[in-house]
Amino acid sequence: MREMIVSELSQAMHEMARGFAHYVPRLIVMLILAFVGWAIAYVVKVILRSILQFIKFDKLSENAGASQLLNKAALPTATEMVSRFVFWVTWLGFILLGVSVLGILGLQEQIASFFLFLPRLFVAMFILFFGLLAASFFSRAALLAAVNANVPSPRVLSLAIRSIIIVFVLSIVFEELGLAEQTMLVAFGIAFGALMLGLAIAFGIGGRDLAQRFLEEKFVRNKKEENEDELSPL
Amino acid sequence: MEAMSYTPSGAELKLEDETFLSDDFLRQLINVGEVDILIGLPTHNNAKTIGSVVTTIRSGILRGFPRERAVIINADGGSRDGTPDLVTGVSIDDARPAANLYALRTLHSISTKYDGSAGSGAALRTILAAAELLRAKACLVMSPEAAHLQPDWISNLVHPIYRDGFDLVAPTYRRHKFDGLLTTNLLYPMLRALYGVRIREAYMPEFGFSGRLGSQFLGQNGWHDGNGQAGVELRMTLAAITGGYRICQSFLGEKEHVERRGSDLIPALRQTVGVLFSALETDFLVWSKVAGSKPVPTTGSEQELQLDPIRVNRKRLREMFSTGVSELQSVFQSILSPSTLTELQRIARLGEEEFHYSAELWVRTVYEFAASYQKSVISRDHIIQALAPLFRGRVFTFLVENRNASAIEVENNVEGLCLEFERLKPYLLQMWKSRE
Repeated sequence: MREMIVSELSQAMHEMARGFAHYVPRLIVMLILAFVGWAIAYVVKVILRSILQFIKFDKLSENAGASQLLNKAALPTATEMVSRFVFWVTWLGFILLGVSVLGILGLQEQIASFFLFLPRLFVAMFILFFGLLAASFFSRAALLAAVNANVPSPRVLSLAIRSIIIVFVLSIVFEELGLAEQTMLVAFGIAFGALMLGLAIAFGIGGRDLAQRFLEEKFVRNKKEENEDELSPL
Repeated sequence: MEAMSYTPSGAELKLEDETFLSDDFLRQLINVGEVDILIGLPTHNNAKTIGSVVTTIRSGILRGFPRERAVIINADGGSRDGTPDLVTGVSIDDARPAANLYALRTLHSISTKYDGSAGSGAALRTILAAAELLRAKACLVMSPEAAHLQPDWISNLVHPIYRDGFDLVAPTYRRHKFDGLLTTNLLYPMLRALYGVRIREAYMPEFGFSGRLGSQFLGQNGWHDGNGQAGVELRMTLAAITGGYRICQSFLGEKEHVERRGSDLIPALRQTVGVLFSALETDFLVWSKVAGSKPVPTTGSEQELQLDPIRVNRKRLREMFSTGVSELQSVFQSILSPSTLTELQRIARLGEEEFHYSAELWVRTVYEFAASYQKSVISRDHIIQALAPLFRGRVFTFLVENRNASAIEVENNVEGLCLEFERLKPYLLQMWKSRE
């Protein structure tokens, strides 16, 4: 009996030692991967930051309206944010690679799905950035056109166009990320419909006088101005 | 490619020119051979006026240059009203009875359709390519809408090139004191201050140029990028200035009042101010060294003003200025300095009686716009569009200042504005260098 216990204990010790011996090199590999990953991520961050500074990404982001959002949230500049994001994603990628080397059951699948998710994350970020850029560009274009055409309340028109584009971009981003697709679809429909209805009500009822003035300017004043000379700019 | 072997007198036909001119057009050019004078007519649905314009051009040629070989080249943008037929259909006999003139040479008329949108630089490119192929010594471009065109306009534009060796002849006109306000308040004074050359009408509906300037501009201008197509007349003036070509002005006569709408301002700004701002970037080494300005040789009067009263809706101009300043605040924050924006916001709140957009503030505004354009702080086209409401404010002040002014007083006011542009040029240079 005693011999059996000793034998079992020694076997357990032996297995533990063997497991430990089996595990330690993997742990070391994981730590090395984490360290190398950190170094690579840091280098990538520095290079990316230089490239973004060179191409004046902050200016682009300012034009897109993203900088204003970051400022309001007391966050660093767009260049710094993108650099940090890439640093963390790169380092996290190496850490997860290291974790997968450990061979922990159940984690492998999660790690694989993380790596599969990364391209979608990048695409979503790309869509979001250029969507904000487009929203800023088209809302400014509408604002300028409305001001130069003497259309009443040009900022409302500009804001409406900006909101529509942003809502549309966000719905695409969430769809790309695969987050609450159905909810987002419904939310988009509701938000878009509400926006249109709101605009219709605002213009038709709330802005009745404005609409009247707009229509008068459009159709009545043109007649009046026919009797006035237009100045030739050139 | 076939046309290469038929090229007249060894003219250097460039492959690029060859490909955009149609075979039929090339064949007609080859039949004409070399010419002394080429008159270019860019058209697009101008059937109402083109007949009389061509008749007057023919009279001008018969009267002033009966011994010279001449050709009229019509570059048409796809007219649907039969404009090209009217150009080629006018016979020499149509011009003869009125002027009692006799031709010693055949006066050819060729019409071709150019590729590209109407009103683009493609028409001028076609005319320039034809001039190069025909080795024209003197070339003219005439507006198809020039209802006041007189036969002596041809001589006035051709003689300085043909007889006196000038390379570019810019027109001057008799026009109303409130016509061409963009030219008076921005284009002329800014171009004069920056390039040091006092050309009244740098954006020219009618002008003359030598064959060598035409060839050089044909090869130099970026015809393929979108920018090279807009405001090509102004580009040619700038190319003549920066290329050191001999430039003069010639008084033509009365410029007809073209009816325009407020919406014409934006295209006009794009074709003039947009072109000038973009040229500042490439011509920096030229204009940064220029100090002061010099007049150019002028035949006839430099500028004649008509003073008869016209009805203008000044109130609307001021309203659009004030609305623009308040609604476009976010846009102006990217373009203007805080002090200029604050001052604009201050005057935007003033009533009609007190409102005054001073020359100094206007010049600062324009220079800050030019510097922002160079740095592309926002879309360049948006920068140009954002200038429109401010220009309306400046026009309001110009109208009020010159409401009862005589021709001399108007001239003095314009001269004062020009000197302000010259005085503040270091401000632009400072911004330009600090932003580099």
